[in-house]
Order: sequence, then C-alpha cells, then structure tokens
Amino acid sequence: MPITKVFSTEIERISILDEHGKFDEKLGKGLIPDKDLVKLYEAMVACRHLDEVAFRLQRSGRMGTYPQNMGQEANSLGAAYALANDDWLVPCYRENCGLFWRGVPMEMVLLHWMGDERGNAIPRELFCTPLAIPIGTQMLHATGLAWAAKYRGEKRIACTFFGDGATSEGDFHEACNFAANLDIPVIFFCQNNFWAISVPGKIQCSAPTLAQRAVAYGMKTVQCDGNDLFAVVKCVRDAAEFTRSTGKPHFIEGVTYRLGDHTTADDARRYRDAAEVEMWKTRDPITRLRAFMKERKLWDDSKEGSLKERVEKEVAAAVERAETIAAPNRTDFFDSMYAEIPEDLRLQRDSTQTHGLGENPSQLDGVEVRKLDHPEHAH
Amino acid sequence: MANLTLVQAINLALVQEMEKDDRVIILGEDVGPNGGVFRVTEGLHKRFGAHRVVDSPLAESGIIGTSIGLAMAGLRPVPEIQFDGFLGPAYDQLCSHAARMRTRTRGAFTVPITVRVPVGGGIHAPELHSDSPESIYAHQPGMKVVMPSSPYDAKGLLISSIRDPDPVMFFEPKRIYRAFREEVPEDEYVIPLGRARVVCEGGEMTVVSWGASVVQCMQAIERTGRSIELIDLRTIYPFDMAAVEASVKKTGRCVIVHEAPKTCGFGAEISARIMERCFLHLEAPVQRVAGFDTVMPYYKLELDYLPDASRIARAIEETAAY
Ligand SMILES: Cc1ncc(C[n+]2csc(CCOP(=O)(O)OP(=O)(O)O)c2C)c(N)n1
Ligand SMILES: [Mg+2]
Repeated sequence: MPITKVFSTEIERISILDEHGKFDEKLGKGLIPDKDLVKLYEAMVACRHLDEVAFRLQRSGRMGTYPQNMGQEANSLGAAYALANDDWLVPCYRENCGLFWRGVPMEMVLLHWMGDERGNAIPRELFCTPLAIPIGTQMLHATGLAWAAKYRGEKRIACTFFGDGATSEGDFHEACNFAANLDIPVIFFCQNNFWAISVPGKIQCSAPTLAQRAVAYGMKTVQCDGNDLFAVVKCVRDAAEFTRSTGKPHFIEGVTYRLGDHTTADDARRYRDAAEVEMWKTRDPITRLRAFMKERKLWDDSKEGSLKERVEKEVAAAVERAETIAAPNRTDFFDSMYAEIPEDLRLQRDSTQTHGLGENPSQLDGVEVRKLDHPEHAH
Repeated sequence: MANLTLVQAINLALVQEMEKDDRVIILGEDVGPNGGVFRVTEGLHKRFGAHRVVDSPLAESGIIGTSIGLAMAGLRPVPEIQFDGFLGPAYDQLCSHAARMRTRTRGAFTVPITVRVPVGGGIHAPELHSDSPESIYAHQPGMKVVMPSSPYDAKGLLISSIRDPDPVMFFEPKRIYRAFREEVPEDEYVIPLGRARVVCEGGEMTVVSWGASVVQCMQAIERTGRSIELIDLRTIYPFDMAAVEASVKKTGRCVIVHEAPKTCGFGAEISARIMERCFLHLEAPVQRVAGFDTVMPYYKLELDYLPDASRIARAIEETAAY
C-alpha cells in the first residue's frame, strides 16, 4: 500500500458549566467544594472591580496605560486554584485574578502600571514571575523554571500564560519544542481571546483550534471553555497531574474573550463589532457562576450586596496603598542595575550628570561657571 | 501647505509614496483597519486595500524576514515595528540579513526596506516602550539610520528613506509625535539622507543632537542666552560629519545630546570624530549629555533619566567656562 496514514488526531473540548447554565454533573460533581466555589466567585468579582477602578484611575491621570482583564478572569483563577501553591505561575498581563489568588497583593499590579518597578518585586515564596511585556517571551522562562525543578528532583511544575497573538512569536514555538523534546513539566496555557489588539485570531492561526498547535510538538493538548471556571479547574488539574507524574509538558487553550479594550490606550470600537462584544457578555464567567450558585442556594442578593461593599473597600485600600507609597528614590534605577555598582555608573549616579565635566567637577577647579537660576525639573 | 503634526506628516509621506509607486507596501501589527497604535497609518488600509496595508501575525522576526523577501523580489516594503522595545525578535533578520544582503551577494540582491519604529521616552508609557536603540543599528554596517525631529523633516526624510536602495531604520520620536505642528508642503519634496540641519546658528559653541532631544536642546539654549549653533543630525548613519566639523572648527566647543545611554551611544562616535578632525580647534573637551547607563526606568522616574533642558544647560555652561 503506497499511501498509508501515519498520524491523525482529535482535539477534545471541555465544558462543564455552559453559558446557558447547563451543568455537566458527571464532570463537575465534586470538582470544587461549595465553600471554595464561593471564594473563587468572590475573587473574580474583586478582580473585575479592580479593573473598573483602574480604568477610572487611568482616565483621571492617576495611572498609566492599563490592560483590563475583564471577561478572562476564570482562566488564571482556575489555574491558580488547581495548581499547588508552590508551582510557578508565569503570567503575561491578563492573569491578575490568578496572581491575586496566589497572594500577590493587588497594589503590586497597580504599582507596575503606575510606572513603578516595586510592583514587580514579588516575594519569591509566591512563585510568581512579574508581568511580561514583550509578547511571547515568558514561556521560555517557564520552561527553564520547570526544568530547574526537574533538575533538582522537585515536584514543582510551571504554568505559563499567553495570548493567541503570542503563539505567532518564534519564542513560543521554541518553548514548546524545548519542553516537549527535553521532557520538561510545564503547562502552556493559551488564553485565546480572539484578538491581539486589533488583529483578529485568523491572522495568528489558520487551524480551527490553537490547542492543536501543540500536536505538532508531540505535546498533549486540550481546549477548554475559558469562561467556565469548572472546565478550567478540571483541565488544569488533569494537566498538572499528567505533567507532574510524567515530567512532560501539556498545552491548554482557554477559549475566552476580552470584554474591554486591549488597554486603556486602545479603542476597540475601531475594529470590532459591538454585536460580538454583546454576544460574549452573555458568556461572562462571573454572571454564569453567580446564576449557578444562586440556583444551588449558595448565593443570594444580600450576599452579593455585602460582597460588593467588601470588594469596594478591598480595592480602595489597595489603591490607597499604591498611591501613598513613598516616591521612589531617583537613585533607585542606578542602585538596582548590578549587584555591585560599577565605578563609572556610581559617578553618574552621584553627580546626576553624564557629561564629563559634571561627573568630575574637579576639572573645573578655579574656573568660574555661570549659574543659571532655574530649578531642576519639577516632578 | 498644511499645518501638521509629525504623525500626520509621516502619514502624508506614506500616502504619497504609495500613490506614486505600487511597489510600496506596509506591513506590521495593527497597521491595518486600526491605523497603527499611534494612528500613523490611519486611513491607509481603506485607501489602498488589505493587500498593500497588511496586518501581520504578531511576530517581529516574521515582519522583517518577510519584508526582506519582498524587497529581494523588487518591492519596497515599509514594515512597522510597534515599539522600540520590540525590535528584539527582529534583530537577527535586520543584522544578519537585511544589512548584509547587498555585500554578501555583491549586489545581486538588495533589501530596500524602511523599518518604521516609534522610539524614545517621555510619554509615560509602560516598560519597553521608551528605548532609544539608534546606536545599535548605526553600529551595524549596511544599515542606514534616520531620526527626524520635526514634521517637515519627517516627511522629506521618509520619502528619501523609502526610495533609498538600502535598508533604513526610520526612528520616530514618539514624544514629539503630536507635541507641535509645522507647515508641511503638500507638494513632493525630499530631504537627502546624510545631511544635517542647522537649527540655529551661533559662534560660541556647537550642540549636536537628534530626535526629540533637539527640542530639549532648543529650550536649554534659550535658557543660557548664549550664541550657540544647534545641529540636528537627522540621519544618524551616514552622518553629516562635514556639518559638525565646520561648526566645531568655528566654535571650538561641542556638547552632544541624546536620550540613549551614554556608553556606546552615538555621541561617542561623533566625539571621537571631532577628536580626529578638529583637535587643534578645540577649546574644551567634547561633552555628552545622554541617558544614564541604566535600563530606562519605569515612567515615575523617566524624567530623571532623560536629558532635559537643565542638564543640557549646565553642560553648556560648564563647557563654555572651561
Ligand atoms: C514582542 C512584542 N511585540 C508587540 C507588542 C505590542 N503588543 C502588546 S499586546 C499585543 C497583542 C497581544 O495579543 P495576545 O497575545 O493575543 O494577548 P492579549 O492582549 O489578547 O491578551 C501587542 C501586539 C509587545 N508587547 N511585544
Ligand atoms: Mg489575544
């Protein structure tokens, strides 16, 4: 037989609580204890509220550009919940909810977008890397982090997050290839929100799923409804178990949607249909879970009311902490460059100048320099 | 004649070159219906169609690598890299291929691409949205590097860059994208690459700069009230040493200003050339006011990093007194 079939595959899609409120008892039963479910719901509501507040902070000039996470909360949250607390979380910038669940203080994320590096100084015991700005790069770091765990014989795995757009970058493919071929226990979690700023998904991938990108690397893969917290928890739990026990990587495509603009610098109305956004609002992970909890008598309007109050306080306190932190020292960016500051750089720091006469004023000994009476620039 | 911002002037140059020459095509992230994140390509997708204004996959190496192929086949691609800090993945294609193609094929293949990149700080942008990488590319033989400091120059320089037979890095200082307007002729004109502009004449000292720093230099010069000759290099490579030399021979003193870190910044090259050509004319050591040798800090401290009028003015005064 001259033509034989050497390979074929199928991609599974996991959905447990769908947008119509239909719950798959077989897959969903016992997946998340009620008490946890309530906490997870509350975490999503808090994250959503932070997004709204951050948006207003940016608009009123109190914060720089900020990327809202709105609509995508269940992805990183479900993952952070399903993973062990000392598994690495290697985020992009739409994983606030998972980072907060892990314990990253809200104000750190705010500080980052307020133009302050202290927002990246995440305590090491949280096993979270800072937000990644260059798209598609952090998956290689996750692969290295997981590799180190394997090297040391630890049970720790890594889970890295990235968007649909990021799967176009070469680094993404290199990360998959390293992890698959060197047997590295890392989970690649792609948040497919269908847009990379204004560029639609079909420009990034012509295959019907992003999940199948992994197939070419010989990597296990699955697609899940990323707006369904149950489905995310199940997929990440299964993937983590596989990854931990085999040492091999696993890919997850979370199908989700960015309900807001790309960032506060963007206006999504320029390139996408209002109808599309409206349709996705009906699939919102938060309203879906709330309806489910109400139906199961885990939730009611009075609980919602008191949650709202608590969340407003929590977010306001985080904003307060971010805004009242002491102004950074103007020497901070020198002092943190190297373990030990090179002499040349110390001269720049101490003189606040780069020109040779300013760095080394002794060259001007005995020379009269006219002083201009204008202030150094104001902050 | 219209009163245009730098963004509008670049847009006008793109429109006019695309109308004139169907080999000119644009590709990059969000350059299509969205008109680019800074709206530089606004309206072009509608006007010229999706085959000439192409939203590409999110991959800088891909954008430049395919531009090289397009150019080798005779087109004139004008790829956009969304921000300075995202040139990283494109570096290999730019330096290992675009810059070398002509010489390694002894002219059989050439790469006439114009890579547009918004650069520089001062707009409160996030991390990796504020770098000034011009000297990296000036250091790569085979590359031309351009950075306008005004709307008028931007239009004329971009047209020259697109028509240039070799690869050009066209760096657009985003801090002055919309900071001021200038009369920009509707009619076609070009500003040749490699020719500096004397912004103002003076006899006491020469200040050399480019990009958004030119504006800071003008403020500093005004503060000192001195007779200073300000030279806007406009093209970083090949740069107009003749203009610098003539001025420094006249003034005997020189301060060079740029946003990029001092060490190995392009100011170092100019300073060395002045030593080679003007040594006996110098009254004071050549001074550089530059970014510090640190990573560009996040925006809370970016004004502490960027050379501003007071730092420049101080260097001018000290150089004058020396
Ligand atoms: C290497 C690189 N190129 C370009 C950008 C500019 N940029 C920021 S976000 C973005 C789109 C990302 O899309 P996707 O990966 O789908 O993530 P999403 O924002 O949709 O969550 C682009 C092009 C960047 N940050 N890094
Ligand atoms: Mg996306």
